[in-house]
Amino acid sequence: MILVWLLVITFVSGLLAWIVSSWNRTTGRVVCFIGLALDAILLLYVWMSRYSSLAAGTNEGWILEYKAIWIAPFGISFHLAMDGLSLLLASLTVLLGVSSVACSWKEIDRQIGSFHFTLMAVLTGILGVFTSVDLFLFYFFWELMLIPMFFLILIWGHENRTYAAVKFFIFTQAGGLFMLLSIVALYWIGVNTAGLNTFDYTQLMGIAMAGHFLIIVGFFIAFAVKLPVVGVHMWLPDAYTKAPTAGSVILAGLLSKTGAYGIIRFILPMSGNIPSLLTPLAMVLAVAGIFYGALTAFGQSDVKRFVAYTSVSHLGFVLLGIFAGTQMAMQGAVVIMMAHGLTTGALFIITGALQERLATRDMTKIGGLWSALPRMGSMALLFALASLGLPGLANFIGEFLVLAGTFQTHPWFTAVAAFGFVVSVVYSVWIIYQVFYGPVDKAQRITDLRFGEMLNLSALAVALIWIGIFPQTILNTAKTALENIEIMQSTKISQSLQARKNTDMKMFEKNKLNDSAEIVR
Amino acid sequence: MTLNDILSILPLIVPAIAVILLMLLITVFRNHLFTVSATLVLLFVSLIMVFFSYEQQPRQISQLLIMDGYAYFYIALIYAATMVVCALSYGYFKHKKVIKEEYYLFLLTTALGCGVLVASSHFASLFVGIELLSLSLYVLITYTGTKPNVEAGIKYFVMTAVSITFLLFGIALIYAACGSMKFSAVQADIFNSTLTNHLLYLAGIVLFLVGIGFKLALVPFHYWIADVFEGAPAPVAGFLGTVSKGAVFAVLMRYFFRIDILSHNSLYFIFAAVAAASMFFGNITALLQTKIKRILGYSSIAHFGYLLVTLIAGNSIAITAASFYLTAYFVTILAAFGVITFLSKGGTDFDAIEDYRGLAFTHPVYTVLLTIAMLSLAGIPLTAGFIAKFYIIAVGANIKLWSLLVILVINSVIGLFYYLRIVVSLYTKSMPDNILDNEEDVFGPSFSLPGVLSLSILLFLLIYIGINPGPLVNFIEKLMNISGV
Repeated sequence: MILVWLLVITFVSGLLAWIVSSWNRTTGRVVCFIGLALDAILLLYVWMSRYSSLAAGTNEGWILEYKAIWIAPFGISFHLAMDGLSLLLASLTVLLGVSSVACSWKEIDRQIGSFHFTLMAVLTGILGVFTSVDLFLFYFFWELMLIPMFFLILIWGHENRTYAAVKFFIFTQAGGLFMLLSIVALYWIGVNTAGLNTFDYTQLMGIAMAGHFLIIVGFFIAFAVKLPVVGVHMWLPDAYTKAPTAGSVILAGLLSKTGAYGIIRFILPMSGNIPSLLTPLAMVLAVAGIFYGALTAFGQSDVKRFVAYTSVSHLGFVLLGIFAGTQMAMQGAVVIMMAHGLTTGALFIITGALQERLATRDMTKIGGLWSALPRMGSMALLFALASLGLPGLANFIGEFLVLAGTFQTHPWFTAVAAFGFVVSVVYSVWIIYQVFYGPVDKAQRITDLRFGEMLNLSALAVALIWIGIFPQTILNTAKTALENIEIMQSTKISQSLQARKNTDMKMFEKNKLNDSAEIVR
Repeated sequence: MTLNDILSILPLIVPAIAVILLMLLITVFRNHLFTVSATLVLLFVSLIMVFFSYEQQPRQISQLLIMDGYAYFYIALIYAATMVVCALSYGYFKHKKVIKEEYYLFLLTTALGCGVLVASSHFASLFVGIELLSLSLYVLITYTGTKPNVEAGIKYFVMTAVSITFLLFGIALIYAACGSMKFSAVQADIFNSTLTNHLLYLAGIVLFLVGIGFKLALVPFHYWIADVFEGAPAPVAGFLGTVSKGAVFAVLMRYFFRIDILSHNSLYFIFAAVAAASMFFGNITALLQTKIKRILGYSSIAHFGYLLVTLIAGNSIAITAASFYLTAYFVTILAAFGVITFLSKGGTDFDAIEDYRGLAFTHPVYTVLLTIAMLSLAGIPLTAGFIAKFYIIAVGANIKLWSLLVILVINSVIGLFYYLRIVVSLYTKSMPDNILDNEEDVFGPSFSLPGVLSLSILLFLLIYIGINPGPLVNFIEKLMNISGV
């Protein structure tokens, strides 16, 4: 029931915020804070009460579950469940949700009520994606987070927002429709081969299938667009740049995580018997993404676009870790997901603050801001260092684990990907130099970060440092969930090996028969 | 004819009597509001009759009509949609300087024609139904007598006349080949090559399909629809797009349900090609339009292309899916045309996308409704259209119609472009001198209480069916089980 409350509180507080915002400018924001605080308390309670069993690995399956029949004729149920992985990502959602409400405090000054409703609706959709274990419900939430995001960009975005919003919507919707085809195909396979009438995650993932490569491809397209993987990333720079700050924080911090989450949750368990096909493809795309993102980031003069492209680079590591096939790499991927959410979120908040003060995001026009904005400069430096993987901060742990884990299975890919670090050091230092050092353009009288903004960024920084120093808490929380997924995957592999062995045996016997027939002849 | 027979066709008898009654009422007391109320009451009584009789066993009434769950479902849907159109028309015609009362007479006869059509089990009754509906619609389209209306009306009339000729000739050939016009008698013969005049029969079926294709505006018989949608009064265009097309599709489904299209390559090819062409043509042409009514016209070509997937599948899930899809489509299209009706005034309809720019800031409620209607047409979750599209995909996947499904998915993406274009324009700030900005127009010029009531119901249904489709699915399945179509 806690899971239902999580969704209901988020959505209803958005609805309330819409209503009370007509009274004055702050009540709506406060209502959102209260709603998110309640969410945080719920999640904290879940984490405190379940952590010991998660860490000990004694917990099998879900730590929380809620199931109700929804559309009976198709066996669709409103089935929510949570394991360590979804717990981590839901916590990230709530944390970044608070940040995005906070960073809109000054930026959003029109249609405040509907803005907060839209924002909370996106968060509800994301929480739904992270917790639903019915494939139809998953698709439902998957699309649901898209519509409010579309309006967030369309109504409150920056220049040229219509183009960005429509492009974002069409890319993600197209990907999603292929996933819908796959889900429906999976459902009918369940009906026809196993006599199931269900969209339930565990049951459908348990079906062993022969020709399901195309089904996986359908899922992969949807997740690849959201992540985004190089090749279907074209919507990203526009959407990230043109969205309002809160929108960018959510897009980069959370929506990309839904793609990674989807790959871990759905593709890995299904892909057991075709690792030979999908893994190298994904690995190549991941390494290409690491370099493409990093190198393209150099060419940007727009600060937000720059952060957007670095984000592509970091998510390449996530993809690499997910497909490496070792527990260590997968754990690393999860840590990067958390760290990237915090870092990129913070960087977008800083660029938002910068734009609010200077009315430009063009880094050729700004420089030497450190003297005017020392607090913002130091914050930016911290998050830029985190982003380049400084030891002691969360990103380092994640990227190290990914590289170490991937090296066991794919040494060459790892060797190439490691060079991505070099590039990321260069661009991170370069952007700090461009914006905060260098020649001072003119004596600017601009206010430094306000107390609220400092508080907001500090919260993210504390989380980042905490994960960097005590990564074991994150690793322990996610451990059981990732192990379960590996078990599902390896069951698949053994099943498919069994199936292959059977066909080999048949072939062998057939040949033998032919041979004997020839001998007889 | 026994008493039970009469009881079971009461849903058709009542509106027939209602037409005469309404005609007499108008001669006695000519008043717009009174006529609208009378029409609504008569339609409501006809609708109630459906719920009286649908529990009965399927009943063959002479050779012409079969009253089964399938027929009852569509009759109820048609009458309900007609009530909505009637309520919307009140506001639309309120300020028009024409004689208004007879309009409602023709609404009733159209509904009656559609009712006969969905219940027909014989080519003669099919023909009577189509003729009744086409002639009444012709009057409705030209009703106000303005230039665009008359132009649209004449186009519709010519197209109808041509299509009816094809249809009639097809029926004649089928009769010549089989010696019967009963569906059940001739359905089986379509692949019976031992029939002496089998070729004649096939020619007849093809001509019959041409006639039906015209009525459904499927490619390549689609040219009229956008022009007619553009020229017709907004409520009539909504009526044409839902009730008339829906009824024709229902009877097509009834005829082809017993025929296994999938296992006969030529027939499968015809339907698959028409479906694919309709989807592509409808969606791509809609991209180029600048008027909402034209966009809806082209998008309806595409939507009936999607529906053909269920016709090809032709199993019992497909019938449920088609009925569900049509219900969702009726609700969505009527909601969209309802908003257009409310905002229209004077001689021309409120139609160009430019006119809708910034509507969110002047008419937030209509904007929400139109947004939801567009998202429903695009098949986005939380709306009825999403479940409907999911249902069609499920049906297609069930019979492994992958090629057509991939085409459907690609077309859904193309469709997004123009649905989003409408949505985007609603939320984009406009010039300050927007024509709707003056104070008196807060509710739109053609606002009316019955219209508001019906739009609220449509809005509720759009969301409710999208969130909780179970009851509607169960209701449809229950009816279709009774029918054993």
